[in-house]
Amino acid sequence: MIDFAGVTVQRGGTAIIDDVSLSLPAGSFVALTGASGAGKTTLLRLANALVTPDVGRVCVDGADVARASAAQLRRGIGYASQGVGLFPHWTVAENIAAVPWLLRHDRAAMAARVATLLDLVELPRGFGDRFPRQLSGGQASRVGLARALAAAPRLLLLDEPFGALDPETRASLGDRLVALHREQGLTTVMVTHDLADALLRAERVVVLDKGRIVGDGSPAALVASSHPAVMALIASPLDQARRLAALRHGSGQ
Amino acid sequence: MMLDARWSRAIAMLPDRLAAHLGVSAAALALAIVVAAPLVMLMTARPRLRAPVLTAAAVVQTIPSLALLALFYPLLLLVGGLTQRLAGFGVPALGLLPSLLALSLYALLPLVRGGIDGLASVPPETLDAADGIGMTRRQRLFHVELPLAAPIVMGGLRVAAVWTIGAATLATTVGQKSLGDLIFAGLQIEDWALVVTGCIAAALLAIIVDMALWRAETGLAERRWRKALLGAAMLVALVTGVVGWYWQGRAPAAAGRPVVVGAKSFGEQYILAELIATRLRAQGVPVVVRSGLGSAVAFRALAAGDIDVYVDYSGTLWDNALGQKSVVPRTEMLATLRRELPRRHKVLVAASLGFENAYALAMRRADAERLGIVSLSDLAVRAPNLRLATDTEFQSRAEWRALQAVYGLRFTRMTAFTPTLMVRALTGGDADVITAFSSDGRIAADDLVLLTDPRGALPAYDALLLVGPRRPDLVALLRGLEGAIPVAAMREANWQVDRDAEKQTPAQAAAWLADAIAAGPP
Repeated sequence: MIDFAGVTVQRGGTAIIDDVSLSLPAGSFVALTGASGAGKTTLLRLANALVTPDVGRVCVDGADVARASAAQLRRGIGYASQGVGLFPHWTVAENIAAVPWLLRHDRAAMAARVATLLDLVELPRGFGDRFPRQLSGGQASRVGLARALAAAPRLLLLDEPFGALDPETRASLGDRLVALHREQGLTTVMVTHDLADALLRAERVVVLDKGRIVGDGSPAALVASSHPAVMALIASPLDQARRLAALRHGSGQ
Repeated sequence: MMLDARWSRAIAMLPDRLAAHLGVSAAALALAIVVAAPLVMLMTARPRLRAPVLTAAAVVQTIPSLALLALFYPLLLLVGGLTQRLAGFGVPALGLLPSLLALSLYALLPLVRGGIDGLASVPPETLDAADGIGMTRRQRLFHVELPLAAPIVMGGLRVAAVWTIGAATLATTVGQKSLGDLIFAGLQIEDWALVVTGCIAAALLAIIVDMALWRAETGLAERRWRKALLGAAMLVALVTGVVGWYWQGRAPAAAGRPVVVGAKSFGEQYILAELIATRLRAQGVPVVVRSGLGSAVAFRALAAGDIDVYVDYSGTLWDNALGQKSVVPRTEMLATLRRELPRRHKVLVAASLGFENAYALAMRRADAERLGIVSLSDLAVRAPNLRLATDTEFQSRAEWRALQAVYGLRFTRMTAFTPTLMVRALTGGDADVITAFSSDGRIAADDLVLLTDPRGALPAYDALLLVGPRRPDLVALLRGLEGAIPVAAMREANWQVDRDAEKQTPAQAAAWLADAIAAGPP
């Protein structure tokens, strides 16, 4: 589905993506993770041409993204980011129908699609008439997800989609996302700085450090990795889990 | 009764001026928007240009609007001269064009600022989302950036609109009809009804326009289209209604260009302009009066054909039109002007009206007689024990240097006042000698004497009736005014307009003056 071939992105003389080659097959649920500044967001944005490579090639469905019209390409790819970025002057329904509107779908089809998507992200249909300022953080994230799915894309790109939410909302939305991924037959790429999140939801986890891939495999394989950058990332959630378990068994340190 | 007449005269002047005022403000604002929009786009695309463009706009803002308007006049004359030579058509340097250019330049800063700040206020994640879902640059601009920037952009537009409506009152000084006509005329002849009417009209206009824009702005922000449309409709109705009325009113006059009588911005000039206009109308010539012209603008306007006839003073012309600095005897100055003005500027001297409006020193009659002072030479002896009150510019003028040099004048104390206070200082005993203009109505009214100038230190300021190059035929029509106005008659007419009790309008004073001329010398 997505192929990165020898991709380098330079910013101010340093490579923030450094000669990365990576192939993500259709239908996979991939988490991109790493410390902040590792380049995970940049790698994601290469896939819908929000960032263009200085060296190398990015292909989606075998077609070089640099050759396509950027706007056309992006309308075919679902995209949601941490800031959510709902258009504050548009209603929830208008936000969700943004891509179908850009694709000039007819009104009735858009209205039906909005209703379906509100159901999918588990929001009441009456929310369609609200404005983004009337939504909680979790509700806004759900609308952002619905907007990304509106034109039934086959590829979904998510940049810290639940980054600013409380743990409970985050867990419920994460579960909803995994279910949607399966139901809709999506290829999903999700950037997260939270390794536990990545390990628990994705089928494949790619760990970046200083613009290079330092770990790539199933969650189980990664936990066993001996790469120092990967071990450093895993250490803290593992330690937390261990302490929580100990606390539960009444034998605190 | 007097009060009612003054108010009704002020209100009668209003529709015409209001329409012109609104017309020029709207046109200037529209022009500024057309210039500002691409500038904002350019600066948003290239943030490097921001600092120099904003600095340039801010520098323009620091120039007083009056000066900016005055600066455009010579600039346009120059441009007009060039186009005349290169392309065979001229550019009007007086009236609408300089006002339009200066006012729109002035409106540029708030518009550009509002545009830039507005676009910068759109949150980056919203822009990222717009790009990420596949909007083109154009779609992003029109569907996301502009709607979200609208409140700040509209804020800038409202500031620009209010400034423009305020500053448009100054367009009067470059010969553009505006509400400033009432304010300037009123200030000069101390007719407060005119000043108040003009100010209130300008303020109301600004408030109504601001309200309409505010409605449009909040309507846009809340996406309440009816409210936004109502605001926009208010504006359109206001502008088309008033401007339409104006054009309808002036349609009959469009048959042939009427003679334009000019007047600078003080009472005597208003009276003389009315006198000339009445005289020409009586001979079947259509006439309009353009009053309130800046002193530096008037002569150039005449030479360029923007006005056709007005009164100026020999000493002023000697300096402004001929560039002479020396003080020469009166007859020599007059002869030179009559010879050189037609040759250099194609301006004809139709008549020397018979009085002077010169700088002079004045004293209370009782003091002058007690001290035996008749001339400046007599004054020089007594001056070290006397106090001089001057107007605000006299001490920096060539006349004062000439008086010191020729008569060796020295006073105990010299104080600068505004003209009204200066006369009060003399009558109230706070000063012994004042500067005065020889045709000032208060000289007779307050029983002052003007000191003679036996050694010819002060230049002559004979009132000369000048005719511009477009209408040399006016010389024949106005010849009867040669020597027709003795200084006493002009003083009396000026006093009728200046005084507080039984104040006359310039037209009434002009009618009195016309009768006095017809009756012949007393």
